[in-house]
Amino acid sequence: MDVRDKLAILADAAKYDASCASSGAKSTRAGSQIGSTEGMGICHSYTPDGRCISLLKILLTNYCIYDCQYCVNRVSSDTPRARFTVEEVVSLTMEFYKRNYVEGLFLSSGIIQNSDYTMEQLIAVAKTLRTDQHYGGYIHLKTIPNASQSLIEEAGKWADRLSVNIELPTEGDLYKLAPEKKKPQIVSAMHGIREKIDETKHEQASGFKPPSFAPAGQSTQMIVGATETPDLEVLKTASELYTGQKLRRVYYSAYSPIPHADARLPGQSPPLIREHRLYQADWLMRFYGFSANEIVAEKDHNLSLEIDPKLAWALANRHFFPVDVNRASQEELLRIPGIGVRNVQRIVSLRRHRPLRTADLRKLRVAWNRAKVFVLTADHNPGVADLDKLNLGKQVAPKSRQLMLFDAASSALTGEV
Amino acid sequence: MTFFLHVETFTQWRQEARALLVRGVAPSEVHFSSGADQPSLFDAAAPEMPAKSNEVAPTVPSAFLEMAKHVACHRDANRWELLYRTLWRLTHGQRHLLEMSTDEDVFALNQMKKAVTRDVHKMKAFVRFRKVVASSDLQDTQTQPEALTNYIAWHRPDHRIVSLAAPFFARRFKAMNWTILTPDESVSWDQLELKYGPGVPVSEAPDADSLEDLWKTYYASIFNPARVKVAMMKREMPVRHWATLPETDLIPDLLQQASTRVSEMIAKNEGFAETAAHYMPTDGSLDSLRSAARHCRACDLHQCATQMVFGEGTPSARIVIVGEQPGDREDIEGRPFVGPAGQLLDEALQTLRIDRNEVYITNVVKHFKFTERGKQRLHKKPNSREIFACRPWLEAEIAAIRPDTILCLGATPASALFGRDFRVTQRRGEVIATDWCPRTIATWHPAAILRMPNPDRRAQKHQQFIADLALTLDQ
Ligand code: SF4
Repeated sequence: MDVRDKLAILADAAKYDASCASSGAKSTRAGSQIGSTEGMGICHSYTPDGRCISLLKILLTNYCIYDCQYCVNRVSSDTPRARFTVEEVVSLTMEFYKRNYVEGLFLSSGIIQNSDYTMEQLIAVAKTLRTDQHYGGYIHLKTIPNASQSLIEEAGKWADRLSVNIELPTEGDLYKLAPEKKKPQIVSAMHGIREKIDETKHEQASGFKPPSFAPAGQSTQMIVGATETPDLEVLKTASELYTGQKLRRVYYSAYSPIPHADARLPGQSPPLIREHRLYQADWLMRFYGFSANEIVAEKDHNLSLEIDPKLAWALANRHFFPVDVNRASQEELLRIPGIGVRNVQRIVSLRRHRPLRTADLRKLRVAWNRAKVFVLTADHNPGVADLDKLNLGKQVAPKSRQLMLFDAASSALTGEV
Repeated sequence: MTFFLHVETFTQWRQEARALLVRGVAPSEVHFSSGADQPSLFDAAAPEMPAKSNEVAPTVPSAFLEMAKHVACHRDANRWELLYRTLWRLTHGQRHLLEMSTDEDVFALNQMKKAVTRDVHKMKAFVRFRKVVASSDLQDTQTQPEALTNYIAWHRPDHRIVSLAAPFFARRFKAMNWTILTPDESVSWDQLELKYGPGVPVSEAPDADSLEDLWKTYYASIFNPARVKVAMMKREMPVRHWATLPETDLIPDLLQQASTRVSEMIAKNEGFAETAAHYMPTDGSLDSLRSAARHCRACDLHQCATQMVFGEGTPSARIVIVGEQPGDREDIEGRPFVGPAGQLLDEALQTLRIDRNEVYITNVVKHFKFTERGKQRLHKKPNSREIFACRPWLEAEIAAIRPDTILCLGATPASALFGRDFRVTQRRGEVIATDWCPRTIATWHPAAILRMPNPDRRAQKHQQFIADLALTLDQ
C-alpha cells in the first residue's frame, strides 16, 4: 500500500475527532529551523463541513484491539486497515508544513499490541520531528489511556498539547458503549498530565528552566448524542474536567453515523445545533461565570435548541433585569443577552468618560434586538412591564432558523455568545 | 493655508506627522496623498512650514502607533488624514480618545485595523508554497538539495500587507528559501534577511507542485460528509482566494457525493445481531443457555464446525475454568477439554485432588475454528470479532453459576475478563477482582505447556500451572 492509500484511510479514520485546534503554545521552541508556534492558531483551509483544517490530523494506525462501539476503528469493525511508519508520518508532516498547508500535526492511534507500545510509537514520531528535523511547529499527541506515566512524561516533552478523550459524558455511557474504557482510568491519565504541567510551571516560577511539558496544555473530546445522556450531565462532566484537571478545552462532537456502526447507536446524527448550544454553554461556564446548573433550566435537563443558553437563562431569571450598563458590575454586564465579553470591556472603559446611550450600544454592534429589554441606558428604560410579558421569548429570539444554523457553524471554533 | 504631502509608508507618514505636530499644523490644513494619486498641482507652490516651535513632539499612546501601523496598510485613500486628525485630538486634550470606541474617527480606524488584521491572518493561512528546484548544470554532489530549492507562492491580499505578514513567514520558515509574490509587492527570504521587491503578475508564479495530489487526498478524506455546511466554509475561506488553493478544485465533487456517502454509511450498520446477545434465552439457567446456544449464528464459526461445544459441569461449581475454544477432538465429541490439553488439565486436577465433576469447564468461543491442511484440521486462533460475538455466552454462564474463583487458561480468556491490556506473562498467578468474580486468576493454557520444546521450560511452566490451579482451592 503506498503512502497515498494509507493517507486516505488514516485521515478518514481521524476525521471524527473534533479536537483539532492548534492554539495555545505561546512561543516557539528554541533551536527550531522549520516551524513556529505563536499563540493563536491558524486555519489553513476549510472542508465543506465548515471545519477548520489547521493540522495534519491522522492516525498512526487504525488497527485497534479495543471495541468501542461508537468508533469506526474498533476491532469488530470491517473498515479497511492501514499503518504508517514513523518515517512516513514525519515526512508527510514536514512536506505539508513547508508548503504552508498545515501548521502542525495531530497524531492519534488505534491501540496495537498494548497501550505502552502504541504510546512509544506516537512518541517516536514527535521525537524524530523535534530532534532530527528541528521542527518547531505544533504537535498534538493523543495519549493512550493506560500508558504508563513515564511515557506520558516523555510525550509531553515533545508535544505542545496532550489529550485523553473522555469519550462519553458518564460512567454508565462508557460501560454501555466502551466496555474496555473506564472513567477512573481516563481521569487518572488526565490527572497525571495535569500534575506534570503544574510541576513544570512551578519550577519555571521558581526560576528553574525545566524541559518544556505540553506548553499548550491538555484537552479532551466528548461524543454527544450517542446515548440518551442529557446536556446537564455533559456540562457537569465538562465543568469537573475544567476545574479538576484544568483542561484548556473540552470539544463536543455530535455523534455522527460511522460506517459499520453497532445497532445500539442512532443511525441519524443528532441535530448539529445541539453541539452549537453545548459550545455556547461551555463558553458561558469558562468566560461568563455561569455554572452548569444555572445554564440548563429545562425540565428534561437539555439545553433549548430554539434559543441560546444565555437568553434562556435571562428569560428564566427576569428579576435580575434590567441591568444598568452605566452602573452594573462586570459580572452583571456579562449576563446580558446579546452582549459579549469584548463589548463588556468596551462598555466599562467607555463609561469612565461619559454615560452610555442606546446609540453607543448599537455602534458597538451588540445584538440590540436581544439586549434591549434587558438593559438600562442613559436614554432607554425597557420598563418592568416589558420584562413580564409572557411572549418575551418569542420577541427576542432570532427570527429565522436559517440564520441560527449559520451561526451554529462558527461555534465549533469559539462558541461565543 | 493647506499643505500637500505625499506619503507611501507608515514610516514616512510618522515623520511628516511628527513635524506637522511640532509646528502646530491643524488637521484641516493638511492634505495627504499616496500611491496612484498624482501629487497635487499645489505642490510646486507649497507654502513654507511654520517655524518649528521649541516643543518636542508629545508622546502618544503605544496603542495608537500599533493601530497606525496597521491602518497605514489599508487601501482607503483617507487613512493618512484620519490618522493625523486622531493624532491631533489625542495630543490636544483627548488623551483617552482611543477608549471611546464609539467616536466616529476611532470607530473608522478600528474598522480599518480590523480589515487589515484579518487580511494579514488570511495571508498567513492561505499562502501556498510551491517547491521549485533550480536545475543545476554542475552535478555537484556536495550541494545540499535544499540550497537549490525555493518555495514560491503567489497570493492576492486585499490590502498592502506584505510587510506586516513577512516577518511571520521568516520566523516560521527560517531554514527555507522562500518568496511570496503579490500584485503590488513581493518579498523573499534567503535564510538571513527579508528583501522586498515590486509586484508580480500571477503568470510568473510556478503552477504546480507534485505534493498537491497528496494534499488533495488528505483534504478529501478528512471531510465528514455527514456535516455539510457550505456557507460557513465560504465565509471563512473567501472564494476570491480559491484560485491559489489547490484543494478547492475538489469541493464541487465532494458536495455532490456527500448525501450518497452518508446513506451508505448508515446502510452499512452492522447491527447488534452480530453478537450472541441476540440469541439469549429469557431463562438464564445453564440448560436453557446450552440449548439456545445451539442455534447461535452470531459469527461465521458455526458454519464449518461440527457442533457447538458448550461448558460442562455442575451449576453449583465454586470454580469455573475458562479456555479459548474447542479443538479438533472437542468439536467431534461435543465436550470441552477432552483432547491432549484436557488430559493435562485432568491430571493436574487429580494431583490437587479436585474432582472434575465439581468444577465447571468452558471456553470463551464455543465453535471450533480451523484451517484444513490435507486431512488435518489445524486450530486457528479466533479473531477479536469472534471473541466479541461469543462473549455473551460466557458472561451468561458465569452469571448462572456465580463461582468463587475463575481460572483463565491462556491469553484469550484472560483478555476477555481482565481487558485487552492484560499480559499473562507478567501477571499469571495473581488473584484479581473483576466485574465477574472477586477472585479471577490467569495461568498458562495447557496446550501452550504441551507445545514447549525445551523440557526444562516445560517442567517449569507445568509447575506454575499446578501452583496457579492450587490457588483456586484457598477461598
Ligand atoms: S462461536 Fe460463539 S458467537 Fe460464533 S456462532 Fe458459535 S456460539 Fe455463536
